[in-house]
Amino acid sequence: MNWSELLSAPLAFKMLALAAVVFAVGAVTLKNVFHCALSLAAMFFALSGVFVLLNADFLAVVQILVYVGAIVVLMIFAIVLTERITSTTVRQTNHLVIPGFLLCLALLAGLVSVMRAAAWPAAGPGPQPDTIKIIGRQLLSTHVEAFEVASVLLLAALVGSVFLGKEITKK
Amino acid sequence: MTPLSQYLALGAVIFVVGLFGVLTRRNAIGILISIEIMLGAVSLNLVAFSRFVETTTLNGQVFSVFVMTVAAGEAAVGLALILALYKSVRAVFADKFNILKW
Repeated sequence: MNWSELLSAPLAFKMLALAAVVFAVGAVTLKNVFHCALSLAAMFFALSGVFVLLNADFLAVVQILVYVGAIVVLMIFAIVLTERITSTTVRQTNHLVIPGFLLCLALLAGLVSVMRAAAWPAAGPGPQPDTIKIIGRQLLSTHVEAFEVASVLLLAALVGSVFLGKEITKK
Repeated sequence: MTPLSQYLALGAVIFVVGLFGVLTRRNAIGILISIEIMLGAVSLNLVAFSRFVETTTLNGQVFSVFVMTVAAGEAAVGLALILALYKSVRAVFADKFNILKW
């Protein structure tokens, strides 16, 4: 690690973290659901930048492919299929805003206090140079049962969503 | 190198924001978006631990791949459920889905 990397990494982390938090708040609080989906995509871009800072390059690319390329597009399809995009006059939140906000604030305070109390390892050993190779080997050796279960889960989700999306004929 | 606690703090903040969305959104698609935010925060925590604690086997990144798999399946099934409900109820708001009440 040279000096420029040492100086620039925390700044990059701060900017990416700020972007991720701002876009997450936008995805939660914006009135137009279409804007929420776009903000979600931006949040996942920022989050994959954080993954790059954590030397998880493969996961960063997969995150953009799966979330931005598949899930957000699926959500936009669902949004345009279900309601008029311009229906921003309808109330978007329920009556739980203030209790929910207080509960989330309490949870955040608890998490931060636990985090401050624990002694984390300062810096791990050096990063792995080739994460794809290790992840692939782990997936097919140590975690092969979970891998098979995940493939069955994806097949079940595929069949289930096709069945649910089919036109139901009432007799 | 940014310390581990900052990554964990970022994950906690994003998770709490997603939880707030799950609790307060009326729109069912908005609730799904918030669930995806929470899963993203969990995945960030797993990757951070895999960088700082367990670097040789990269177990955290493998778990994160599984989290993404489950998130993809959950989004597909959830959106299909919302579309099927929209066909019968003509609404996407979670408080309109009261057909299971007796």
